[in-house]
Amino acid sequence: MDERIITIEVNGKQYRLKVPVRENLADFLRHRLHLTGTHTGCEHGVCGSCTILLDSRSVRSCLILAVQCDGRSVRTVESLADAAGKLDPLQDAFSRHHALQCGFCTPGVLMTLVELRENADPSEINEDMIREKLSGNLCRCTGYQGMVDAALETLSRPDKRL
Amino acid sequence: MQHAGKTGHARLEDDRLLRGQGRFVDDLDVPDLLHVVFLRSAYAHARIGKIDKSTAEKIVGVHAVLTLADLKEVLTCERLPAATPASAIHFHVDPCILVKDEACYVGEPIAMVVADTRAIAEDAAALIEIDAEILPAVTEIRAGLSSDSPRTRLDQPDNCVARWTIGYGDCESAFAKAAHKISASFELHKGGAIPMEGRGLLARPDPLDGVLTVWDSTQMPHRVKRVLVTTLGLNENQIRVIAPDVGGGFGPKGPVYAEEVAVSAAALLLQKPLKWIEDRYENFISTNQERDQYWDVEGAFDADGRLLGIRGTLLHDHGACTPSGIQLPQNSTTNLIGPYILPTYKLDVSLCLTNKTPTTSTRGAGRPQGTFVMERLLDRMAAKLGIGRDEIRRRNLIPADALPYVTQVLTRDGLPMTYDSGDYPECQRRALEAAGWHDFLARQKAAREKGRWIGLGLSNYVEGTGRGPFETASLRIGPSGKILVASGAASQGQGTSTMLAHIAAKVLGVRPEVIDVTCGDTHAIAMGLGAYASRQTVTAGNALHAASLEIAQKIKQTAAHLLEVSADDLELRDSFVQVKGVASMKKSFGEIAKTLSGNAGFALPGGMKPGLFAAVDFEPPAITYTNGTHLAEVEVDIRTGHIKITRYVIVHDCGNMINPQIVEGQVLGGVVHGISATLFEWIRHDAQGQPLTVSLADYLLPTAHDVPRIEIHHMESPTPLNPLGVKGAAESGTIGAPAAIVSAIEDALAPLKIEISQLPVTPQRLQKLIRKAQAGGSP
Ligand code: FES
Ligand code: FES
Repeated sequence: MDERIITIEVNGKQYRLKVPVRENLADFLRHRLHLTGTHTGCEHGVCGSCTILLDSRSVRSCLILAVQCDGRSVRTVESLADAAGKLDPLQDAFSRHHALQCGFCTPGVLMTLVELRENADPSEINEDMIREKLSGNLCRCTGYQGMVDAALETLSRPDKRL
Repeated sequence: MQHAGKTGHARLEDDRLLRGQGRFVDDLDVPDLLHVVFLRSAYAHARIGKIDKSTAEKIVGVHAVLTLADLKEVLTCERLPAATPASAIHFHVDPCILVKDEACYVGEPIAMVVADTRAIAEDAAALIEIDAEILPAVTEIRAGLSSDSPRTRLDQPDNCVARWTIGYGDCESAFAKAAHKISASFELHKGGAIPMEGRGLLARPDPLDGVLTVWDSTQMPHRVKRVLVTTLGLNENQIRVIAPDVGGGFGPKGPVYAEEVAVSAAALLLQKPLKWIEDRYENFISTNQERDQYWDVEGAFDADGRLLGIRGTLLHDHGACTPSGIQLPQNSTTNLIGPYILPTYKLDVSLCLTNKTPTTSTRGAGRPQGTFVMERLLDRMAAKLGIGRDEIRRRNLIPADALPYVTQVLTRDGLPMTYDSGDYPECQRRALEAAGWHDFLARQKAAREKGRWIGLGLSNYVEGTGRGPFETASLRIGPSGKILVASGAASQGQGTSTMLAHIAAKVLGVRPEVIDVTCGDTHAIAMGLGAYASRQTVTAGNALHAASLEIAQKIKQTAAHLLEVSADDLELRDSFVQVKGVASMKKSFGEIAKTLSGNAGFALPGGMKPGLFAAVDFEPPAITYTNGTHLAEVEVDIRTGHIKITRYVIVHDCGNMINPQIVEGQVLGGVVHGISATLFEWIRHDAQGQPLTVSLADYLLPTAHDVPRIEIHHMESPTPLNPLGVKGAAESGTIGAPAAIVSAIEDALAPLKIEISQLPVTPQRLQKLIRKAQAGGSP
């Protein structure tokens, strides 16, 4: 089977590994690096549960091959808590707003919202924008309301909140 | 009732899930793990001849290619002993563990490949050659029930797998004396459960202790164990089933499937740990769904719009086997009655076997359809009589002082269906008020003048929750002082562990975080049932409540001896038992447990019985009924048929709430599932029975952008049926949604007099109705 050696940074750590060329990034993260926080709910690019940040842009890791990430940098849900283990404010708000139930979609949702946080102007983030942003992440448990509220509380300016 | 943490009280499950440290079955890894891929029938109906595995077996990395003939060595039977008893069923069709000679739906498993990786197994599965003779398929239930239909399965006499009549009273005379009658036909579709995590399991035989451990994404681990004990011919102590973190269930992870037995059998046969993870395509073709029901009904009313009777027929698509008896259509027929006085009722029900994936309960479990039929009849009669939709309901709702109200139908446990507590008229009143019902006409008029088509709809419903026969819970404290709870309950995201911890914590005077809860592990507790019928707070909650009271009492009695005080003077606080107001006179739970674990040869103090351990089976005396009213406001785009839900209000009554935030989460998720069933989800097949909706791109689910903010108001009418006064909440949100939304759409389009009789209401379907009405055709 065709294999290549790739160099990749994942959550701040450098890896140099041989991977089959047909292995997608989600499987690479989950089964080669054992970072199983990234989930795969469809493996065809619709559900968003596999969302990670590739060079700071959100990407569905089921739709990209590991070899395409050679020389690039990946962040997954495992990177969100700080070194001391303290949860990211977004994670904390998720818990308080009951934004997760089974938790399967949660890592992908969090990474999508981290991208929003890093790229949007807080004074512009409102409920509509958050719902739009989340429309690439399917959740079957929560009805989305808790995650919208958690995002509003954490990412937007007070005057944009409900 | 005093609530555990309305906000800010984190669920015990959250921390690890937020960190990406959940343990879903595909996250588990063990040394020497091999991967399984199933080869499934590509045909809806086919006779299966020779299976040639020789090419597939030669692929490097393939360990085995197995058919039913190969698994027989470790199996006691060829079919899954799945049948739920039901006298209406003429013949049971248990699912095959692997197809022997006749495949009856696209997706039925025929063979399995075991390989080093899933990718290799998939490569090899594509190389298995099967001789198949394609047979005519039954794909539509009306045709399937006609006498000249081909048969779904060659060994069955016909396709009518069950037929019965539900009803009571003299329907004929009710219709004879009725002042008003209406008839209606509905084609109601409900899709699949589509949890974000599909099914899957890891089965590991351990040569050291001879135990086969199965980590399984299931709602009912104890049931899986029972089926494995039977099909593999092992003893109860040779199988352990664990439901790890499960990424949503919503019904279909309740029944046991062929794959669970096949993978476990193959693991025993090969003496290797094996993992199978269902992919989304498989989830669409091989996990149970709900699909189609056709209703033809008539309603009889008196001159004031009071119901005199409902009669008609229901045809239900049962799919290719009978994995779960008749409970799904049965729920539809009983839930039709809802919170109303229905003096007479007669419904003939026929279940048709089809060459499609089997149908069993998904969230709501047939109830939304029954509720839909009743609510649509009420709306249509209100229109005919020229009275308000709220008014016709007020005239028919069971008054609060009539509760407990005994209906004239029986539930599955053979008891009369009895509504135990609630105030249905008040529930509706509060909902109307919260949604601004009385001002709406003015708003609607103003909107119509601006060319906007807005409408408001309502529905009332009940839901039978907390189904028995029992659930178990145990509480143990050892010398470590740690409080260990175990239950036969299982969680797929409902926060079951948090709920249980809160109940025990309150009785024992500790913080919920210090309690260690194990759910869904057959080694932690010998018996259990699991998650179905919105039941776990009722059943497991009350079981644990009783166990906690027993332990609290025992701690006090033991401490009374040790501290030489009266038990009445003691209180429990932060894992200590202490003399009230004298913090220095105390013993830790650990010390008490140590005392009760005994010293060789010495008697226990005060004649106490050994150990701090209590196990309770709670057997609910009857089903307890949650109820609610839903109000949906919509805006319809008259050109495209697009429907936007602009507001959604619920008044919900599930008795006492242990944790309102979790209850709200359950209701919210349920409503969105209901919205989804009304507007989006549609499982389609072609005329040959080939499924056409096999990805999340073909089969639509609502996104955050498609659903409105949902307002939930609570009433708390405690049930007298259990000590906590609690009822279930996990499915009720789904039940009211289709009826309320369709009521709103018809209201929005009232000038066009459109009647909607099909679910889902897609833009295309609605646009067609609108065009027809605009062209002057009868809708
Ligand atoms: S798993 Fe990648 S989008 Fe669904
Ligand atoms: S929390 Fe279960 S899918 Fe989102």
